[in-house]
Amino acid sequence: MKFFPLVWATLWRKKTRTIFTLLSIVVAFLLFGVLETVDDAFAHPGVGVSGANNLITTNKYSITLQLPFSDTQQIRSVPGVAEVTWITWFGAYYQESKNFVFAMPIDTDTYFNLHKDEFIVSAAQMNAFRTTRTGALVNAELMKKFGWKVGDKVPLHSTIWTQKNGSLDWTFDIVGSFLAKDPTQQSQQATSVLFHYELFDEGRSFGKGNVGWFEERIANPSEAGAVAGRIDALFANSSDETKTQPAKDFTMAFVKQFGDIGFVLRAILGAVFFTLLLLTGNTMMQSVRERIPELAVLKTLGFSDGTVLGLVITESLLLCLTAAVIGLALSYAALPIIKHGLQGVELSPRALLPGLGVAVILALIVGFPPALRAMRLNIVDALADKR
Amino acid sequence: MSLQTLPQRLGASSVIVIGIAGVVAVLVSVLAMGAGFKHTLADSGRADRAIVLRGGSDAELNSNVTRSDVDTISNAPGIAKDAQGKALISSEIVTVVNVPKIDTGTDANVTLRGVGLKLPEVRPELSLVAGRMFRPGVREVIAGVGAAQQFRGLEPGNVLHLRNADWTVTGLFTSNGDIHESELLADVDTVGSSIERTGYSSAIALLTSAAAFTGFKDALTTDPQLKVDVQREPDYYAAQSKDLTKAINVVGNMVAVIMAIGAMFGALNSMYSAVAARGLEIATLRAIGFGALPVLLSVMIEALLLSLLGGIIGASLAWILFNGHSVSTLGGAFAQVVFKLTVTRTLVVTGILWACVIGVLGGLFPALRAARLPVAEALRAA
Repeated sequence: MKFFPLVWATLWRKKTRTIFTLLSIVVAFLLFGVLETVDDAFAHPGVGVSGANNLITTNKYSITLQLPFSDTQQIRSVPGVAEVTWITWFGAYYQESKNFVFAMPIDTDTYFNLHKDEFIVSAAQMNAFRTTRTGALVNAELMKKFGWKVGDKVPLHSTIWTQKNGSLDWTFDIVGSFLAKDPTQQSQQATSVLFHYELFDEGRSFGKGNVGWFEERIANPSEAGAVAGRIDALFANSSDETKTQPAKDFTMAFVKQFGDIGFVLRAILGAVFFTLLLLTGNTMMQSVRERIPELAVLKTLGFSDGTVLGLVITESLLLCLTAAVIGLALSYAALPIIKHGLQGVELSPRALLPGLGVAVILALIVGFPPALRAMRLNIVDALADKR
Repeated sequence: MSLQTLPQRLGASSVIVIGIAGVVAVLVSVLAMGAGFKHTLADSGRADRAIVLRGGSDAELNSNVTRSDVDTISNAPGIAKDAQGKALISSEIVTVVNVPKIDTGTDANVTLRGVGLKLPEVRPELSLVAGRMFRPGVREVIAGVGAAQQFRGLEPGNVLHLRNADWTVTGLFTSNGDIHESELLADVDTVGSSIERTGYSSAIALLTSAAAFTGFKDALTTDPQLKVDVQREPDYYAAQSKDLTKAINVVGNMVAVIMAIGAMFGALNSMYSAVAARGLEIATLRAIGFGALPVLLSVMIEALLLSLLGGIIGASLAWILFNGHSVSTLGGAFAQVVFKLTVTRTLVVTGILWACVIGVLGGLFPALRAARLPVAEALRAA
């Protein structure tokens, strides 16, 4: 530690060069931070604390095929199932197709029983929702986005479900707003609108008595696999076979359909760090080469080979770690911007920490060859400037 | 002139080349993804073919067109007819089925498209490359070559399960590299009865010419019996690809800009040290009468040539590694689209242009320093 001022001074021996090198490492770690967070968000799609133990039952062969509502009773009687609710994909937007709205027809009692304590809704508004047939609960963020107020009548356009009169436009009365209790869930629910399944099933002109998928809460989380197997066995060889899986796996399978995002991101990072390795490595080598007479003087003064090696490596560590910390801090600051671009994806800063490890490895790789050279320096030759 | 001393500065110079090659390789590869996706969808459909959907449905998967609608559409003006005077129209059912992806093993949504008997005339670009066509009334499918590459069990002779029934894959087809190569095709009525669906998703009509579209569309949209959206096929597919292509391009450019900034710092470093190493040489040149401008130019040209080399290496790397590489993603409407990364000429030029810009920016300040070098001091220092 007593050599710190010496290392610091040599690091800034050539200011411009150090600054440029520092900045290019900062840039690399900025990219590292951003891409790793995105990768992490895709690899661990959040389903919320309570959602983690839920099961999802879909049609085995296709998500576009519906399941009969009558399955509900059978699923409820499966040992280990504590609650079951049903949801259907409504495919809605508001006014223009770019204003996607995740509107869901829900069964109020079972849905809120299953998702207990997940929403922040005032008791009065919840009560209004229960008693208003055409009522809708809207995510507070979506209310703000479209300038909606409680009491408004809003038309949502479904791209799938026609009403009996042939219209695709469904009108709802906004009776209240909600927020997700778990803040990490909020961005996924930012476009959510909840309305009544009864209204939906009575109003639609086809597909009556069918639902998109079931969601089950199980009594004992460790039984997830067994309960899922029991549910699927109920409907095996029926015309609507089911596939039941933990909500986490369901989300994961969906995310995986976008392709191997992780591979793309890692390939980019690989290219960035390979380039960086050469760049920083070259700078370190150059800087040591220029300082050979100085290093020789240090050795003449009695610095051991090991200390000289340590000095150069410390210099490299200092450079890389400083840059990494700045770069990762910048990417942390950029998180809100990325979040805006990737709607519904929850970003967590935990992906940033491994960056420090990467910085240490980088520092050791680029610092070692010049350090070795400095260590092996022959005093007489070096002082004579015979490089 | 200055280039003759390049070999002496091989290490520093290669930093510029490799740094820029890295930027260009990443830029071109990511943009090749966007280009490939766009290409696949842009090649889908013909201007003289129209797709009819239920009004307000946006995509085939959401749409519902009844049998009587199809009868009305078949009699609309502008529709092409076969030798027997039958309208060349294919009423289709689009649904998605779960088929595992080969690389991840997890289920993906693959489009199963029920197609009408007039398919060969409505879509002449479709041709079988293996096996035979499906037979109507039998549970048989043919698979697009793109789908067969990405999803498990689509070789001819294999059996797929769909709703209690076994479907046999009888052949593989190509379709001009378009989106249908990501799909499975089968007889529309067999698909309909299997998923208990009475209506269709869409009607695809071949028109007598591209110009006949307006008359065809007007006739259908003014018919009070119908509530349909009529689009030219290329317009429909372009709308489906717009969002994803845009997203890929934004991400690609953003990553490349950040990388380019990093590479520029590298280039600055290398060129500054090049100028420092050539201090004596530059001072001598100035002393024997060369002006500041030739010195500035010589440094700039060196930077530019190195970055040009880097750009070419980067673009070639992207081309060698990824051109034609087949990938699939979730396209517009919940269904997988298989496409090939395409390194187009425009992308190569774009990449090399980026390289030159980085080179010029990285070379400019060191070149200015070289030009301003006080001659006497530089000579004395050496």
